[in-house]
Amino acid sequence: MSKDRPKILRAYGDRAGDGMVQLSFTLEILPSPHAKEAARRFAQAHGLDEVLVTCMEQCGPEHSYFVVYGQSRHSVDASRIDVPVADVPDLSKEEIDELVAVQLARKIIVVGACTGSDAHTVGIDAIFNMKGYAGDKGLEAYKSFEAFNLGAQVENDALIARAKAAGADAILVSQVITQRGCHKENARALVDRLNERGERGRFLLLLGGPRIDHKLAMELGFDAGFGPGTLPKHVASLIATRLIEKKRLLCSA
Amino acid sequence: MGRVALDETVVDRCRFLAAEIATDVQRFIDAHTTVGVERTVARVLGVEGVDENGAPLVNQLVDRVHAAGLLDRGVAFVLGREMLRKRCSALEAAEQLAYGRGTIAPEGDESRAAIAASLAEVTDRALSRIDEARESREKHKLSCGMGETPWKYVIVATGNIHDDAVQAKAAARAGADVVAVIRATAQSLLDYVPHGPTTEGYGGTFATQENFRIIRKALDEASSELGRYVMGTNYSSGLCMSEIAWMAAVERLDMLLNDSMYGILFRDINMRRTFVDQYFSRRIIGRSRIIINTGEDNYLTTADALEAAHTVLASQFINEAFAHRAGLDDALIGLGHAYEIDPKVEDSFLIELAQAQLIRQIFPRHPIKWMPPTKHKTGDVFQSHVHDAMFSLVGVTTGQSIQLLGMFSEAIHNPLMMDRYLALKATRYVFNAAKHLGSEVEWKAGGLVERRAHEVLTRATDLLETVRTETLWSAIARGAFGDVKREPTGGKGLAGVIARSPDYLNPILERLEARS
Repeated sequence: MSKDRPKILRAYGDRAGDGMVQLSFTLEILPSPHAKEAARRFAQAHGLDEVLVTCMEQCGPEHSYFVVYGQSRHSVDASRIDVPVADVPDLSKEEIDELVAVQLARKIIVVGACTGSDAHTVGIDAIFNMKGYAGDKGLEAYKSFEAFNLGAQVENDALIARAKAAGADAILVSQVITQRGCHKENARALVDRLNERGERGRFLLLLGGPRIDHKLAMELGFDAGFGPGTLPKHVASLIATRLIEKKRLLCSA
Repeated sequence: MGRVALDETVVDRCRFLAAEIATDVQRFIDAHTTVGVERTVARVLGVEGVDENGAPLVNQLVDRVHAAGLLDRGVAFVLGREMLRKRCSALEAAEQLAYGRGTIAPEGDESRAAIAASLAEVTDRALSRIDEARESREKHKLSCGMGETPWKYVIVATGNIHDDAVQAKAAARAGADVVAVIRATAQSLLDYVPHGPTTEGYGGTFATQENFRIIRKALDEASSELGRYVMGTNYSSGLCMSEIAWMAAVERLDMLLNDSMYGILFRDINMRRTFVDQYFSRRIIGRSRIIINTGEDNYLTTADALEAAHTVLASQFINEAFAHRAGLDDALIGLGHAYEIDPKVEDSFLIELAQAQLIRQIFPRHPIKWMPPTKHKTGDVFQSHVHDAMFSLVGVTTGQSIQLLGMFSEAIHNPLMMDRYLALKATRYVFNAAKHLGSEVEWKAGGLVERRAHEVLTRATDLLETVRTETLWSAIARGAFGDVKREPTGGKGLAGVIARSPDYLNPILERLEARS
């Protein structure tokens, strides 16, 4: 993103720059003209002008649900935003298989799990299972990968033990449940365990989940992070290119 | 309601095959017990409480009896013997056996008959507790009246039982007929049941007897206020299936998630353990007349809904066969299925209609549980709301019994209060607007719906034929259900499975089996 040319963004409703947004929320107050005014002021406090409260209905014992429209005063300069993203070359499954065969001349071994109490395997399954996700085959379908999906509720120590036993190049962790930040705790605990054992450098560490992004994963001590919409080929391509790069560095050193 | 033409002899064949499949497994069940079953027996006989570390007395007792190599006779045998010797209650006997010095003596002079006789009174009392709770439920249902089907079923999952109670009441007021308290994600793999009210849990709230009491009380209050009986649901699954069934029975829960294979497939619990546990849990559930909800809907979250539809139907036949063997009648068997076909597929709505119609027809007296889309939900809440409306339309058109409401924030977070409110509002609209649609339409002979229903039934029959030949144990091992493979000796909890000795004593099971 160019740093010198500002790109100012306002919410786009019907015309450029009108700032129109809609917002829905619940307040602990029963419907009344008083409640409606409270909702209007609540929206104003969020930076909305010309607030229109279009819906007010009781949704709980003492609660009302509101829909409001208003014109947001705020804007952002998109040219001043820097978002770190995992550097994933856009390669197909066949290209990755070919690349690994030529450059590494061996199979890449990966171990994956949902760690801690998380029982939701939907993410890790989408990346690992033969069938894959949205028409993109999973790691189990790659000729260049040997993939072990340990499933849900795997303790960090068990995951490390399995990764060592398998001689894994990479460990993939999926975290779906995010209540009170438990996904971060689980993920950080794995990095801590590896550091304690002096084994952090042994594995490429990848974190995925609906509330994960590359920035968060890096902050937690992982090598890369993947959010919603990630396809197996994105993960495979990142692992393959990172390992090839690592091999190159070792050879040139 | 319009019907698709089905060959009833094929349906009969499926029931026959499922019965054969279940009979093979039942031979194993009848020859074994588990630590979970024995802890349940101890609880039923009156053993309650925890030590200062929160470890339940029943766990200490059963572990001790197991260590002494006596669990093959049943914990009732050891408890009854101690009661005879010390002339004390089951609770006192349990405390002495669990915390006393030395090991438990293997042999004694007391005959099995004398021990059994010593447990007769406490067994009577336990069964009366189940019966009284059941009668009280029936009375509440009569006095408040029941909502119309499809019953609108919502979940609460705050992690704190007191917040759950508030949310449950709010949901009831907004029109929910059934409220489920989702369980903390780790609980299915705990080999004990936590004790007391709990306020901390991830992804849900712990299932404890006290939590059951709190939530049922809140729902009773809502029921009398609304003049409509609101049902409560929890989970009889995982390593403590049967203990939770007992707690739910005496605390008067109305439904339980309970499946003969779910724990094996989706929680990697050992299959021997699960089959034995599900049987005893269902014996209790049958006596209590709790409605079970089976978990076939989950197959479609790991396998593809278009390709795996027949595995859902085959599994429903198997779940039904196991339930019948445990004394449940059709009115208690809430077989599960789900609206999980990729919405981008052409005619996905019609294909879902076909499946829902097929299952409704094959299981006419069963309170079928119809689960909403989850797998193809995204963060686009507006699109998700439409997706859920289509799901509701299938539910009301085909007369599903228990409709678990879709949440537009499914892919984002546990439902907020307003998410649940909007789901109920939209569902009320669809149910009312299309109330008699099902009785107005007739399925076109040879049309898409009929062809799809035939195809699914045919493939389910083929699968059941194969499973009967190879046995259910091998079928699960090769991934026949949900694309998940499990070995008979793999998974968690196998060490807690014990072959019964010829003098095995379980007065509770005997009495529960005698009724059917």
